Amino acid sequence: MTQLRVESLSKTFGGVHAVAGLSFEVARGAVHSVIGPNGAGKTTLLNLLTGIYVPSSGRIAFEGDDLTGRAPHEFAARGIARTFQNLQVFSNMSALENVMVGRYLHERCSLLAAMLRLPRVARAERECREESAELMRFVGLGTYLSAAAAALPYGALKRLEIARALATRPKMALLDEPAAGLNPTETLAMDELIGRMAGLGITVVLVEHNMRLVMGVSDHILVLDYGQKLAEGTAEAVREDPRVIEAYLGAAER
Amino acid sequence: MLAHLAAPRTRGLLALAAFIALLPLALSNAYYYDVAVLVGLNAIVCVGLNLLIGYAGQISLGHAGFFGLGAYGSAVLTARFGWPPVAALGAATAGVMALAFMIGRPILRLKGHYLAVATLGMGVIISIVVATEDRLTGGPDGMAVPPLALFGTAVQGERAWYWLTGALLLAAVWLALNLVDSPPGRALRALHSTEVGAEVVGIDSARHKVMVFVVSAAFAAVAGSLNAHYAGFVTPAKVTFLHSIELVTMVVFGGMASTFGAVIGAAVLTTLPQLLTLFKDYEMVVFGAVMMGTMVFLPRGLVPSLAALARRTRP
Repeated sequence: MTQLRVESLSKTFGGVHAVAGLSFEVARGAVHSVIGPNGAGKTTLLNLLTGIYVPSSGRIAFEGDDLTGRAPHEFAARGIARTFQNLQVFSNMSALENVMVGRYLHERCSLLAAMLRLPRVARAERECREESAELMRFVGLGTYLSAAAAALPYGALKRLEIARALATRPKMALLDEPAAGLNPTETLAMDELIGRMAGLGITVVLVEHNMRLVMGVSDHILVLDYGQKLAEGTAEAVREDPRVIEAYLGAAER
Repeated sequence: MLAHLAAPRTRGLLALAAFIALLPLALSNAYYYDVAVLVGLNAIVCVGLNLLIGYAGQISLGHAGFFGLGAYGSAVLTARFGWPPVAALGAATAGVMALAFMIGRPILRLKGHYLAVATLGMGVIISIVVATEDRLTGGPDGMAVPPLALFGTAVQGERAWYWLTGALLLAAVWLALNLVDSPPGRALRALHSTEVGAEVVGIDSARHKVMVFVVSAAFAAVAGSLNAHYAGFVTPAKVTFLHSIELVTMVVFGGMASTFGAVIGAAVLTTLPQLLTLFKDYEMVVFGAVMMGTMVFLPRGLVPSLAALARRTRP
């Protein structure tokens, strides 16, 4: 069943067509990957799908609701979470607080209630702290519970962003190059974490350069080149597609 | 362990309460009490301003305007219209909050220098209005303000004001500490660090910036209103750009994103000029040197720098 529907989506920066007339659908559940050479428009696509960029034209519908032109926080409120290639960690807070921020949508309270610290706020705060700690353990950051976010190593920060995204209780999680900069052991662990996320019933949309990771975890792959759809299908189908091979390796001599 | 994490907040509050309770032992005359009251009122403004500057990362160079409107609101409503002081304080604060909301919505879209200039402009406009509406405000000469009355009895004398200010400062600190460790407070700290990061977890950053602007304006208005009653007189001097700068300096000196830093910043920079009167003409020179020294050697502000030092020296 279609969860996300993208119709002839375009984004231009000056004369550059970063995403040009792209249409595709993402079915509920499982792992969907978006791959393509550098500059293919993958990150632009994620920015469009989270409201950070407003499309030049086209439509984005999530679970039947048209979200085109909405603010990023409205995309989040519908259940779309994401992580960033260039990390957006709250470096002025503790690691645990970073995850607690992710719970924002589910423990909203008025400013007045917060300032007076009404009993229900204090209770929600305790629960938030415990659930956030639980999420940190889930992504494998149990040892950093009392650490400052700024003190975490790079690989841990990537997991921290995933924990924060999970804290929003998303229906769909967009991961922008979660394995970039990780060593082979860490990549393997990331592979396993993505599998567990999908196991929670979250639709995972993965933008990734690491082909071994992509081919291993993906149920469905979308290949972009110059902002357009080059190919789409299962890992096997995409791997055999001559256009994909050409885009990545260059054309064979004829 | 989780309970332990929340503990420093209560400890700090208790320490401040103990300090306020014991300080009178060292205050030997009315003049010292007077300085302490001024420290307390400035500290209330700074605790609120620090929520905006230190935690949410937004600047305001116009908070003396809110302080002044609180002061003049109370002055005009009590002296000219005969309102009871507490009702005037409430109305002045509510009016300032409404104004901050209306101004904040458009200008908090700006960032950095642009926001600084916009808030500066706002402060200048308020001070011009206060100085020129002389039929209402007395213009540059200022106007007299009746004493504050609580539950039918007038609050008079430095000692009574000391306890009132102390209690209100404690309340202000308590409110600020609660906010910082709550969902909206974390949202403020998050958008300070990265607005995109905050937005993608569902935080409406524009709304939160306006909210904290309004709250910090309210703190300033309450302190301004009390200041008018305490001094028994208001003049446009308290509404000037220079006073806005003083307030920001207190926050930055004490330590950004540190509620107790804001209190200590207000205490040091309110007390220092009083001590420096010994140096007569060189007062401002010493004051400036202290400021520059802090910026060079303690760029994060007094309290955070000292806290970091304490952490490093402890095994």
